[in-house]
Amino acid sequence: MKRKNSMFKRTALTMAAACLVVSVVGCGGKKEDGVLTFTNVSYDPTREFYAAYNELFAEHYKEETGKEIELVQSHGGSGSQARSVIEGNDADVVTLALAHDITSIEKAGLIGEGWLAEFDKNSSPYTSTIVFLVRSGNEKDIHDWEDLIKDGVEIITPDPKSSGGACWNFLAAWQYAKTQFADDEIAMKDFLAKLYNNVLVMDSGARGATTTFVENGQGDVLIAWENEALLALEEYPEQYELITPSISILAEPSVAIVDENAEKNGTEEIAKDYLDYLYTEDAQRLAGKHYYRPSDEAILKEFSDTFDLSVNLCTIDDFGGWDQAYQDFFADDAIFDEIYRK
Amino acid sequence: MYLRGKVSAKDWGDMYLQENHDIFVEKWGDFMKKNSQKIVKWILIGISVLFFLLMLVLPLLEVIVRALADGLQSYQAALTAENTLSALKVTLIATVIAVAVNTVFGLVASWLVTKFDFRGKNVLSALIDIPFSISPVIAGLAYIMTFGRSGWAKPVIDGINEALGTDIALVFSVPAVVLATIFVTFPFISREIIPVLYTQGREEEEAAAMMGASGFTIFRKITFPHIRWGLLYGMILCAARAFGEFGAVYAVSKARGKTFTLPLEIDALYMAGSADSITQAFAVSSLLVGMALIMLILKNIVEYRGKRNDR
Amino acid sequence: MKRAQIKKRKSIIPGFGLSMGITVAMLSLLILIPLASVLAYSFRLSGAEFAELMMRPNVVQAFVTSIGCALAAAVLNCIFGTILAWVLVRYEFPGKRLMDGMIELPFALPTAVAGITLTKMYSDTGAIGRAFEKLGIEIAYTRTGIIIAMVFIGIPFVVRAIQPVLEKLPATYEEAAGMLGASRLTIFWKVIFPEIRPALLTGFGLALARGIGEYGSVIYISGNSEKNGTQVVSYVIMQKLNSGNVDYEGAAAIALVLLILSFVMLFAINFIQHIASRRTNV
Repeated sequence: MKRKNSMFKRTALTMAAACLVVSVVGCGGKKEDGVLTFTNVSYDPTREFYAAYNELFAEHYKEETGKEIELVQSHGGSGSQARSVIEGNDADVVTLALAHDITSIEKAGLIGEGWLAEFDKNSSPYTSTIVFLVRSGNEKDIHDWEDLIKDGVEIITPDPKSSGGACWNFLAAWQYAKTQFADDEIAMKDFLAKLYNNVLVMDSGARGATTTFVENGQGDVLIAWENEALLALEEYPEQYELITPSISILAEPSVAIVDENAEKNGTEEIAKDYLDYLYTEDAQRLAGKHYYRPSDEAILKEFSDTFDLSVNLCTIDDFGGWDQAYQDFFADDAIFDEIYRK
Repeated sequence: MYLRGKVSAKDWGDMYLQENHDIFVEKWGDFMKKNSQKIVKWILIGISVLFFLLMLVLPLLEVIVRALADGLQSYQAALTAENTLSALKVTLIATVIAVAVNTVFGLVASWLVTKFDFRGKNVLSALIDIPFSISPVIAGLAYIMTFGRSGWAKPVIDGINEALGTDIALVFSVPAVVLATIFVTFPFISREIIPVLYTQGREEEEAAAMMGASGFTIFRKITFPHIRWGLLYGMILCAARAFGEFGAVYAVSKARGKTFTLPLEIDALYMAGSADSITQAFAVSSLLVGMALIMLILKNIVEYRGKRNDR
Repeated sequence: MKRAQIKKRKSIIPGFGLSMGITVAMLSLLILIPLASVLAYSFRLSGAEFAELMMRPNVVQAFVTSIGCALAAAVLNCIFGTILAWVLVRYEFPGKRLMDGMIELPFALPTAVAGITLTKMYSDTGAIGRAFEKLGIEIAYTRTGIIIAMVFIGIPFVVRAIQPVLEKLPATYEEAAGMLGASRLTIFWKVIFPEIRPALLTGFGLALARGIGEYGSVIYISGNSEKNGTQVVSYVIMQKLNSGNVDYEGAAAIALVLLILSFVMLFAINFIQHIASRRTNV
């Protein structure tokens, strides 16, 4: 009995020691080096834009305050980025693909209600839309959504069940079918079933899909964000053509301050300044240069050579808002599952 | 080798044409019997080399060729980019700590499992091997669900932080990367040591204990010399696996240039989508491959010396 | 008297309490407690919900794909792994040391790099994929591609399990059998195979377990199509986590089943080994 007791003591002691070791290990990484760090958690395609914007902002910040600032970028699928913030990723601001992703952070209690009205234009400093990217020469003769269901056309688009961006591709196609078949739901589902039957590779995210199309040379057409497609045109000149369909969907990537983190980090003011500065003319032009449609209409017009402004754009409100759309289309056994399993 | 037999090809042909079938079969049989060992040998080597080329060498070459696609200058630029250096630093921190922690664990656990009999020993040794069979996806998920903002251990960590006046975060931070790396490499060292200690038995230790030697002395003087090479071998494998880990670390590390490791940096570069950045991704990959190769060479040296010392 | 007996049975080597304490503490803190959280999360689903989730066609299919491909890959690895180990132990040829040294490359190469590179090579625009395409075989974006990736990550497990056993097996063994007139195949099955069987099983089990849970190297080459049955279980877990409506419970539940599956397989293999070793010892 006595022996057991001392053994227990020892066990307990060593457990405590192990705890200490782990916590010492824990201390190792977190060191502040005097310069303020500020984290912007964003989604995949904005890497290049925010890399450039951060330079612009750091300059502006230095002018205003005389201090250096270290801006940390974080990119990934919009949904998983939002999830990481909810799970404890210490973001001061989020700049995500969908208002819905920010709403889910709000629901977790990290962002105060009413964030949508905090900044101009529904807190969307830039917008984008869905277009097609085809290989040079457009051999399969693709001009609009209806061409995608032709036999032998191979489509690359990511999986809507794992990528928020891919949902927009689906919804844009749905909107086209809706106008085409005058709300005849059976015909609409049939159209989308045919379209997704032509999908060759379904990557887990938008960037993965672009890589499959561009790098690995798979498929005839990539359904992509306009900014991704324009970037591919720039990176691989003369290899691709951009096709704007007659109907598409307006995506409004939203921005917000993560109130709880900013409060804790004492970065509320910088956060507000960081997001406000997105609406200045310089930043708007920078967004345009990185192929996002500036929300400032005057500046958008400056880029009328880049963007096809005549396309008929619907918005997520036409689907009753994102939550409704997700339930109707992408939840388990909803419309996407139904048509995909046909 | 066909011609190396005593019968030439022409003779074989003649034999066959002369329809001297029985003789042909007999001679051919002799020939095969005499040389079958060699034939089998070269067939097997052929299969091995082919497999080796297709599965291991070609991917490696592909990485190197693509890394150098834009010339040496941009190769160098990719390796000295700020993000790459930061990722290298985090990778090294995580690797060193993971190897250290797992060495301590490996030594203690293998001592426990091989020198003592107790109830539940089989279960314990099976539990030690868990991380081998776990999807890295689950490992990352497990840490998030435990230490994340909505994880149940969060209040505990907050409490510790408050008491100690520290600001430790166990997710989305360098410590998180370290923890995830420890997780996936956990059994590497104990696995190398346990078999060695099993074959060694425990008589020597028992004799020493009877003579009154302390536990630590026994370990240092008797057990350690046996496992030296196994330990080193395990540490090298552990390091090699540690700096290559992707899945588990990906789940708990989101800030590029801060908490990214080399594999994450490669992924980020590859996913950046421009032709340049893809080349850069392969350049950084080649760095990792180089590190892996160094580890493998070290491992071979250790293995060779270990074998020599054992005999 | 009684104490002495207990002590003797407990081994006279000191340090039991200390090593037990450290082992259990580290194991719990680093491995078991985090894994328990997965368990806790999945218990938030009711039994009916759990069953419903597991019966979903995409989940069932993902398990079929993961297990099927991992099995195929593990079998292939056993065949090639035995050949490789045999060649490395028994024969001398130029480049042997290089080959021996690089067997562990898949351990050290980041899985994402492996996945990306394999996809590139085995897709129909890649060096190897093009050759196979002419033969009418598609590799990337099919189950074959998944198997290739799993073979890649699993091969060191098998080779490194068998190699030491073969090294200890004296060549005179087979020579004697050969002199007694046994054919090569008979020698292999009757003499060599029983010797390496336990090691082969271990390698098989490890390669299988690794394959079933694999993510990084598989997702690029698989194409992740539910229709073609190329979604693996890890992908479905990530799908639950990355989708527009995060589903922690679902992800944890699938992860739990995956965990249990790996355990059962490892335990089964241990059990078979145990029985086999008892039989040979008697």
